[in-house]
Amino acid sequence: MAQVFAYITHKGGVADDSALELAAAAKKLGADAVTAVVTGTGGGLDAVCNAMAASYKEVWKIDNAAMAYPNAEVVRKALVNILPGDCLLLLPHDTFGIDLGPGLSIKMNSAYVSDVVGIDGLEGATLKVVRQEFGGAASTHMTVDTAAGAVVTFRPGSFAADESKSAGGQVVDKSGDAGDLTAKRKYLETVAAEVGDVDITKSDVLVSVGRGIEEQDNLQIVFDLAEAMKADVSCSRPIVDAKWLEKSRQVGTSGLTVKPKVYMALGISGAFQHVGGLKGNPFIIAINKNPKAPIFQVADVGIEANILEFIPELTEKIKSL
Amino acid sequence: MEILVCVKRVPDTAENEISVNSAGNDIDRGDLVYSVNEWDNYAVEEAIQIVDRVGGNMTVVAVGDDESEEVLRREMAMGANDGLLLKDSAFEGSDGKGTASILKAAVQKGKYDLILTGAQAEAGAAQVGGMLAAMLDYPYASLVNKVEVIDDKKLKVGREIEGGNQEINEIELPCVLSIQTGINEPRYVGIRGIRKVASVEIPVMGASDLGLGADTVGTAGAKVKRVDYFVPEMGAGAEMLEGSTEEIIDKLVELLKAKGGLK
Repeated sequence: MAQVFAYITHKGGVADDSALELAAAAKKLGADAVTAVVTGTGGGLDAVCNAMAASYKEVWKIDNAAMAYPNAEVVRKALVNILPGDCLLLLPHDTFGIDLGPGLSIKMNSAYVSDVVGIDGLEGATLKVVRQEFGGAASTHMTVDTAAGAVVTFRPGSFAADESKSAGGQVVDKSGDAGDLTAKRKYLETVAAEVGDVDITKSDVLVSVGRGIEEQDNLQIVFDLAEAMKADVSCSRPIVDAKWLEKSRQVGTSGLTVKPKVYMALGISGAFQHVGGLKGNPFIIAINKNPKAPIFQVADVGIEANILEFIPELTEKIKSL
Repeated sequence: MEILVCVKRVPDTAENEISVNSAGNDIDRGDLVYSVNEWDNYAVEEAIQIVDRVGGNMTVVAVGDDESEEVLRREMAMGANDGLLLKDSAFEGSDGKGTASILKAAVQKGKYDLILTGAQAEAGAAQVGGMLAAMLDYPYASLVNKVEVIDDKKLKVGREIEGGNQEINEIELPCVLSIQTGINEPRYVGIRGIRKVASVEIPVMGASDLGLGADTVGTAGAKVKRVDYFVPEMGAGAEMLEGSTEEIIDKLVELLKAKGGLK
């Protein structure tokens, strides 16, 4: 089979959780020797490369000051110059993988399949994977012709990390092959998320509201419930997009990661980006009028109801206790 | 600034319950309500605001069938100056690369400084914008949640990255940006606005107009193909509380007390 590579994202000298998830995904592909590719510069890069040698047979280090911050255009150029054109390259489907993957597949003349949640196998050059569409409401099997190579991005958390750390690999310095890394896009700075009046990352009980609330004026019933429960109000992305609540209340991969004891998801469909922001195994209560909402797959307890009718009645009951 | 915004007609997930059909080869499309892909609508609004600030012209383009014309018209009612429909039976079954190839050919028929797409559509692949940029050799930024025009040569763009942080980049024009939801507040389109553009002619281009060989697009050119749709088998799922509303609330209150949800 074609050579398999896993791109390792890292920060502050520590590899992202996806690094060992990709090692697990590569095993599922049936690859016996997988090579990690790590780009960056300096001591942080070396630390990551050395750590990865425990999990990957080979670690290709590409050290260049132009990649001190992972600018997708610069990384793409280096990878096109260094990787064999017909390889399988595994990436995490995070904000970097989304930035890098599609264009890289064009420049390598490879197939591209993204946000993969499962692997059914590789037969000859045909890769069969599982994806989701419509925010998780439907799943699909896809076939990918990998004869000329493929770039595949995996949804974070879909594969349990391969913790075996028994690869006994070696670091190979490929920096000299990176080639011309001039880019038309330049990284300037990172602006940190705004801090709001409520720190939902510290809350024990969150009453979280989604699109099912329908209108801004209806939010009051959620705040009334939260007040009765002495809980804080958080929300899913559509509520922030609509500017009904501030970004500092958004739970999810593009918002905040929360770890409450109890999480009430009210009118939240439960897209993976939202559920990805829930850590620490909270007790999840989902209330949604759509019995097929993906949130019911991850919740402990579910109630099929219209939140606009259900919440006021629940609030009244709690107040009467 | 000449701006092209790529839009797609999709089932509206806010209006429909999506379910897999009995044959397992599609979703149930019987009573689906379609609309413009939510991300694309933010891209159109952003383009309108850029044109308002620095002048120029904007065109909306869709790869699709006759019904996609409705979506183009809606976005023209929002403020797009021109529409363009890319339609051909040879386009059916295109994978992301096929769609990007069709759009690339259309881009090369015009002269655009800035091309916007939505960050993703209903299949969640988030791929066409990045592919289109690479094919054109234009720089690209994905998940853009802020656009500032510096001059006619470059933009300052913010990207939404993990944890609600924002990555700021400078990017040369011409470029392709994929727009994230929440970047702006898309304006409302009234029935009157739609009526105003109802009779505007929308040009249609097919494979031969675009100089595309039938084997490079559609099913014939696709390396990535959908085999089926299915409902995933997930763990046990939630324990559903049943009964009258009163009974459900009583059970829920007991659970909340037990799990520390009521203080």
